[in-house]
Amino acid sequence: MTLEWIGDVILLVVVLPVVIYLLHGVLTAANSIVPSVNRIAGAAQRGSADLDAVPLLLHTQEQVIATVGVVADYGGSLDVILDDQQGA
Amino acid sequence: MPAAGVVMIIAVVAIVAAAVFYLVSTIVALRRITAGLDEAIGGVVGIIEKSAPVEEVVNTINENLDAGVDLLEGLLVKKAGLSDAVGLIDGLYPGAAAQGLRNIPESKDVKAPRISEVYTRGTLTLARLGREAPIAAASPNGPALRDPVYGSKASAALYPEGRPGRVPNLPRSPVIGVDSPVQYDPDEEVGVPRKRMPARQGS
Repeated sequence: MTLEWIGDVILLVVVLPVVIYLLHGVLTAANSIVPSVNRIAGAAQRGSADLDAVPLLLHTQEQVIATVGVVADYGGSLDVILDDQQGA
Repeated sequence: MPAAGVVMIIAVVAIVAAAVFYLVSTIVALRRITAGLDEAIGGVVGIIEKSAPVEEVVNTINENLDAGVDLLEGLLVKKAGLSDAVGLIDGLYPGAAAQGLRNIPESKDVKAPRISEVYTRGTLTLARLGREAPIAAASPNGPALRDPVYGSKASAALYPEGRPGRVPNLPRSPVIGVDSPVQYDPDEEVGVPRKRMPARQGS
C-alpha cells in the first residue's frame, strides 16, 4: 500500500509536471514558427508581384535592338559625311 | 478499490489529458505552418518562373549595347582622333578619360586635351559635325578645329566684322514699388502708351 502511494505521488509530482513542461515547450516552439512562415509567405508573394514587370524586358530588348540599329544607320551616314582624322 | 488505486487512475488520466491537449494544439500549429509553407512555395515558384528569361534577355540587351558602344567609340576615334576623342569624352563627362575607351586600352594613357575649356558643347558639336560651322570657317580644310593656346582668337573669329559694342544711352531699369519715383496709374495708362519713360523721370 505504501508503495502505491509513493507511485501516486511520483506520478502527480514528477511525471505529470515533466510531461506538461515538455509538451508545452513543443507547442510554444510550433506556435513561434507560424508568424515566421507567414512573413516568408508574404515576402514571397510580394517578390513574385515585383517581378510582374519582367515581361516588359522583352519590349526593352526590342527597343534596344531598334535603337542600336538607328544608331548604326546614323553612324554609317556620319562615316560617309565627315572626313576622317588625318593620319587615322 | 483502495484509495491509492483511485488516485493513480486520476493521475494517469490527468497525464493523458495533458498530453492530448498539447499534442492537438501542436498538430493545429503544424497545420498552420504547412499552409504557410504552401503559400510561400507558391510565391517562390512564381519568382523562379518569372525570373527564368531574365538572364537571356539581359544578355541580349547587353550584347546589342556593346555593339552600339563599339560602333560609336570606333567612329569617334576614326573621325576625331584618339587624343581629341578622349578630350571630347572628358569634356562631356569629366573624369571619364581616366577609364579610357573600352576597345582601345592605350587610351587610358592619353592625356586628354581640355576641349571643354575652350569651346562650349554646342560649339564643339558644330565644329565636329560640319566644316561649315563658324568656328571652322577660317580653315575649312585644316586639321585643327581648335586652338588650345590661343582659344580667344578662335572665338573672335566668330565675329569677322568685330564684336558688337554696348548700345549707348539705354534707359535705366525702372524703380518699382510703392516708393518708386514714377507711380503707375492704371486709370490713366491702361491700354494707352506711356506718357513718360521712367528713365527720364528717375535720373
